[in-house]
Amino acid sequence: MNRDHLGAELLKVTGLTKKFGNATILHGIDLTVHEREVVAIVGPSGSGKSTLLRCLNALEYPTAGSISFRGRAAFGTVGESGFKPHSESELNAQRSMIGMVFQRFNLFPHLTALGNVIAAPMWVKGLSRDAAQVAGRQLLARVGLSDKADMYPAKLSGGQQQRVAIARALAMEPALMLFDEATSALDPELVGEVLAVMRDLAQGGMTMVVVTHEMSFARQVANRVVFMDGGLIVEEGAPEQFFAAPKHQRTREFLSKVPQ
Amino acid sequence: MDETQSFWAFSLQEVLPQLAEGMTLTVELTVAAGVLGMLLGLLLAFARLSRHRFLRWPVMAYVTIFRGTPLLLQILFIYFALPPLADIRLDAMPAGILALSLNAGAYLAEIFRAGIESIDRGQMEAARALGMSHGLAMTRVILPQAVKRMIPPVVNELAALAKDTSLVSVIALSEMLYVTQRLGAKYFRPWEVYGWAALGYLLIVWSLATLAGRIERRLAVRGA
Repeated sequence: MNRDHLGAELLKVTGLTKKFGNATILHGIDLTVHEREVVAIVGPSGSGKSTLLRCLNALEYPTAGSISFRGRAAFGTVGESGFKPHSESELNAQRSMIGMVFQRFNLFPHLTALGNVIAAPMWVKGLSRDAAQVAGRQLLARVGLSDKADMYPAKLSGGQQQRVAIARALAMEPALMLFDEATSALDPELVGEVLAVMRDLAQGGMTMVVVTHEMSFARQVANRVVFMDGGLIVEEGAPEQFFAAPKHQRTREFLSKVPQ
Repeated sequence: MDETQSFWAFSLQEVLPQLAEGMTLTVELTVAAGVLGMLLGLLLAFARLSRHRFLRWPVMAYVTIFRGTPLLLQILFIYFALPPLADIRLDAMPAGILALSLNAGAYLAEIFRAGIESIDRGQMEAARALGMSHGLAMTRVILPQAVKRMIPPVVNELAALAKDTSLVSVIALSEMLYVTQRLGAKYFRPWEVYGWAALGYLLIVWSLATLAGRIERRLAVRGA
């Protein structure tokens, strides 16, 4: 996939370090994501890829380094006494521009599928219920779930729940979508329907950072594949080059172990 | 007084009218202390869940003290020990309500805290990731789910509270048990008097459980 269609720099991570107590999970990550780019992050479990993604939406605060989003410091800044977050309202505003899809869906079980999708537009953006519902139904149609709008999450399959979760994140009209192993909790026969939705999104020009174990998705959809191990980015490159001719021994070992 | 009065004549003429008055006070105590205790419990629970130690620790101390000493002692302390200690003199009714509320608040705080903590962390994360503030996520996402789980233990606590109101008889509040003891001593027909009192408490607790069951069913039809 060529990179000519990519736009301006959207997200820039510089020297990102994250420690939990004495354990260092991320050792100074540098990563830049451009508009309309799809970046796949792959690597063995415990390599820090989920932690990196969680830092990109301030679900974890960095120990050192910086993240900028649209050229501005994202979520806060690391000072001498640790991370100092922005004001609550600014933090929330930045978070609402970055959608996140979780491994375990995390739908709100007390709300219907449509209720999940319209919740944040109504409560955060102040949209009227009617306006939110019109937009919400369009989003559910886009993920192929028009007929499930009034169902509660408990009545939906895992694949359907994850598609509702994608629609819920899209409802805030984010500039960037983060996927944290979005298909890892699904039964094998349900993975395809979620990947299809993600593929549509990518083709529609959405900027995406995707932590995944699905090498075929990384190969076919991503503009760039990033391989992480031990809290470091070991190697990155265009998928055709990354999969055909990995440069590093660790990358080759990893690729030899995972199903392609 | 007629020693040979029949069971029903004695019950209807001597016991039930007075017991009904005592029961009214018991219900008033239960409702007042229940409402105040729940408000207090909610405040304490949020303080206990706070990131700030100076909010968490006082609550832990509070709960330890009120769970670790007998309610009877707390009632006596507030009624008899506060006047010389702090120059606060409360009438029996406010003293009774205060003691019951403070005590129930400690137990309810733990119920509320456990209920909130039982909701999967991913719910808060998903809400925050959508741009919701902590407060918004708490009131719209976490609490609606937690409330459902809290109902059974809260009903337990309120049932215990309804029965514990009998302890304020020690400060001469004429609630149901106080009335019962007076009647028992006066007529020397204890089994009728105490029997009716037992039914009175049963009625209060049963009403409470029925009401809670209805609320729980109404919440249950919506989602998981």
